[in-house]
Amino acid sequence: MKSLAELAAIREKMQNKVNIREGANSTRVVVGMATCGIAAGARPVLNAFVEEISKAGLNEKVTVTQTGCIGICQYEPVVEIFEEGKDKVTYVKLTAEKAAEIVEKHLKGGKVVDEYTIGSVQ
Amino acid sequence: MKELSLNILDVAKNSVTAGASKIEISLVTDAEGMLALTIKDDGCGMSEETVRNVTNPFYTTRTTRKVGMGLPLLKLAAEQSGGELVISSSRDEITHGTELIATFNTKSIDFTPVGDIISSVCILIAGSPEIDFVFTDVTPERSVSLNTAELRAVLGDDISLAEPEVQTWISEYLKEQYVSQ
Repeated sequence: MKSLAELAAIREKMQNKVNIREGANSTRVVVGMATCGIAAGARPVLNAFVEEISKAGLNEKVTVTQTGCIGICQYEPVVEIFEEGKDKVTYVKLTAEKAAEIVEKHLKGGKVVDEYTIGSVQ
Repeated sequence: MKELSLNILDVAKNSVTAGASKIEISLVTDAEGMLALTIKDDGCGMSEETVRNVTNPFYTTRTTRKVGMGLPLLKLAAEQSGGELVISSSRDEITHGTELIATFNTKSIDFTPVGDIISSVCILIAGSPEIDFVFTDVTPERSVSLNTAELRAVLGDDISLAEPEVQTWISEYLKEQYVSQ
């Protein structure tokens, strides 16, 4: 069974990491989680980003956050990626599979997946 | 919405927007298969006029467009199964907050399945790690509960409930409660 003691162990482990985190988390993955996003399937997309980023060992560098309606409901699920010193990238009509691909190619490999960006569907 | 847990994720965010410091989400299913969903917060509350209008899809507090679908969709889900949605709210200085109770007949063919409620609860916590969430899901056979204030007491102030490692723990903690009973 999961116990609170286990949670305390996670705390111990993470406190040691806090010091080396200066300047980390420079990349933000922002998922639109308003009614429009949720209805279009944003929940599995958000979960996929969290899981794949963790699997890729990018937790120190990338944070996943939620936002409300971005204003382009017809393109939901929408995800914006903010990287330091780079232009914002807006991905549209995502699925969990596409999210995994974006983590692999964009967040890990540094190459924007053009075919899923808003520019390619408009 | 394909799952009731998606409505819950969506509507509970209204409580976050209302500035709540504590949000209680409870699902209680009785032996007859009637499910009562309660979402209760200590946020700023709504005026009587707003309460009257929130289930109208053409009413919204947003200024970017003229529709707001969150509560109308929850009301639809409740009513199509033979239940109802009741909202009460107070803007009183001390007792401010909102409580919504949606009832569902889980045996109705038009009942929307609850779906992945663990995922919705985790995402709500990750989105607002500073808020106290109290989650309970009770049926005659089992009882699942989570109180993030207790978790925060263990984690202290410097480790957020939104941390991926903590999120994984919460998800597994809930999963175990569901399968072990």
